[in-house]
Amino acid sequence: MSQQVAVPEKVVRHKVGHHWPHVEVELSGAKLGFWIFLCTELLMFGGLFVAYTYFRSLYPETFTAAHQTLSIPLGTLNTGVLILSSFTVVMAIRSAMLNQRKAMLGYLYATLFLAAAFMVIKLGFEWPPKFEKGTLPAAFYTYEGLAHVEKPHIFFGLYFVMTGLHGIHVVIGMGLISWLIWLGHKGVLYRGFYTPIEIVGLYWHFVDLIWIYLFPLFYLAG
Amino acid sequence: MSTAPDIATQAPSFPKEHYLNASKGFKSWALTVDHKRIGLMYLVSVLTFFLVGGLFALLVRLELLAPGGMFEQKTYNQLFTLHGVVMVFLFIIPSIPAALGNFFLPLQLGAKDVAFPKMNLFSFYIYAVGAIVAIVAMVTGAVDTGWTFYTPYSLTTNTGVVLTVFAAFILGFSSILTGVNFIVTIHKLRPPGMTWFRLPLFAWSLYATSVIQLLSTPVLAITLLLLIAERLFGVGVFDPALGGDPVLFQHFFWFYSHPAVYIMIVPAFGIISELIATFSRREVFGYKFVALSSVAIAIIGFFVWGHHMFVSGQSEFAGMVFSFLTFFVAIPTAVKIFNWTATLYKGDIQLRTPMIYAIMFLIQFTIGGLTGLPLGALGTNVALHDTYYVVAHFHYVMMGGTVFAFIGGLHYWWPKITGRMYSEKSANIGAFLLFIGFNVTFFTQFLLGFKGMPRRYFDYDPEFSGLHAFSSVGSWILGVGFLVTLYCFIQSLRKGEVASSNPWGGTTLEWTTQSPPIAHNFIDTPTVSTGPYDHSEVPAATGRAA
Repeated sequence: MSQQVAVPEKVVRHKVGHHWPHVEVELSGAKLGFWIFLCTELLMFGGLFVAYTYFRSLYPETFTAAHQTLSIPLGTLNTGVLILSSFTVVMAIRSAMLNQRKAMLGYLYATLFLAAAFMVIKLGFEWPPKFEKGTLPAAFYTYEGLAHVEKPHIFFGLYFVMTGLHGIHVVIGMGLISWLIWLGHKGVLYRGFYTPIEIVGLYWHFVDLIWIYLFPLFYLAG
Repeated sequence: MSTAPDIATQAPSFPKEHYLNASKGFKSWALTVDHKRIGLMYLVSVLTFFLVGGLFALLVRLELLAPGGMFEQKTYNQLFTLHGVVMVFLFIIPSIPAALGNFFLPLQLGAKDVAFPKMNLFSFYIYAVGAIVAIVAMVTGAVDTGWTFYTPYSLTTNTGVVLTVFAAFILGFSSILTGVNFIVTIHKLRPPGMTWFRLPLFAWSLYATSVIQLLSTPVLAITLLLLIAERLFGVGVFDPALGGDPVLFQHFFWFYSHPAVYIMIVPAFGIISELIATFSRREVFGYKFVALSSVAIAIIGFFVWGHHMFVSGQSEFAGMVFSFLTFFVAIPTAVKIFNWTATLYKGDIQLRTPMIYAIMFLIQFTIGGLTGLPLGALGTNVALHDTYYVVAHFHYVMMGGTVFAFIGGLHYWWPKITGRMYSEKSANIGAFLLFIGFNVTFFTQFLLGFKGMPRRYFDYDPEFSGLHAFSSVGSWILGVGFLVTLYCFIQSLRKGEVASSNPWGGTTLEWTTQSPPIAHNFIDTPTVSTGPYDHSEVPAATGRAA
């Protein structure tokens, strides 16, 4: 036996783009590009975090009082779901690097399932009571339980914009993971080429990380 | 450069194979990943929108030709808003990077393409979608807020704010993807021997521009999303009636839009460096300073946004800090001006059309830059704020600077893009008309501003009528200048002489391949062993074509 790990027979071998000198540069270029893109994502959410900080400093009592209408158990459950999904995506990369296609696909399906679970918990269980109660942005705000604090609708405005934008990112992530699953079934992801999983993995960790900040800022405020 | 381009001694013949005829049919363009074709599609698009934005500007000047005017108040508000939105988001931001940058960055690096060719095409389509949404918004309810979309008015006007803002949001994505592409291209696709300090200065300027695009555009994106959400759901962050803060909108907006003026001007700096090096036949004086000053501008430019808000009610201390930083950012810009001037000194100056544009740029940009200082000073700002002085200053930088550099760059690289020369005589007539028209139009507006004429007014007192009429006449000269330039380019396409691979005696790598280049740019990947502006082995410009 040679020292090299054999490339499984079913694999469709990757062709390096015509403009790249070799495959390592191609991978590092893709990673660099994606890290830069994550910087832009960070600044986009950064604007929202600045708005949050500003209004929390303007209306501290509002934030303390309004956060009690959020469900901490559901928020905690969703935090757990996302952290677990970060683990499964890492395992998917590792499986690809070891040419273990079945395991890789299993972990990808698990990640997709967890992402879907996050959205179901949010849209199916967390948000409907809010729509009923009317703890919503100003145009639809009808809740009367927070009459003792100033401008409670701003808290919910920010809550829905920030968790909503995060939710959109989760949905985009589900699309990207489905794309990986499709690539996996085609047999193009293997030890010699796993850039897509690496990139989507970076994205997925970023989405998790944003949630790690959103969770305490809204659910545990005050 | 070591790979000295050989300039043919006999008249060159048009190459048989090049990027324009490498494949044929609509699909070969619609699905192309060739950065040159994508750059060309961008070029046609941005020039089209430049024409549209220019027509809006002519209508604005027509209204102001005499007191009383011809349009309704609201129509006038829509006209100057459309002029601003089209020029900023559809023309000037993508102009140099997406059109000329896309075309020439890989060529200057001796690369076959940008790092992510498919993403490059994708970003063009995003631009196209953004442009279509913007056009729909214009037709269905032209916005009348000014291109700045200030709250609370943008929350209450019944014009198409949501759609217009959404178009700007989409266009921002295109800009981000182009930025990612350029940064990775410069990091990863430089040829053997091209160290960072052997990068052409145009590439350096695109690098700095991309950094600004990547870090500022997302903040605009979230600001615009919040504005849309505010209008649709009432988030409460910008609307004072809901407890929000309209000044927060201004902070967010200028956190993007001040760096955005550097997105507009820094690539122009890059072009000017190329032009001055080639047509002075000298290395750019203080190359490293010119290169790094772009990066310095990119960094410092992020911390000056408050100078747009001296009278918006920010604290006096904040005003002082922003004023200081505004003066500070003038330093790296001045470094460039001084270094270009020093490059000209004892240079073998050749007054070809692109060089004439570079010199006009130097004059106008210096005026534009220096007139910015009174706006950056707290005391004078209060007097000049929101007057025509600001309009004049802004246009001296953006039009007298960026647009002149863009047109100059277009003249410089035209032979490489099309493989044909143009009549320098008609090009120079166009340049002369533009110079006269531009200065008549906008220098007058400095005087109007000093006399107290406020910007964005659809009517004015009779005391301003002489200057306003003079300025409007200038806008017609400008219009004629652009028509002459357009005619010159069309004539060149029809019957221009065939260009050699290096008609100007340029030293950077794009001049080592044929004009127009083959689909993969270079037959062999070039190797580099000197700085970008080593003229010792490159003969001077040889005249028209050969």
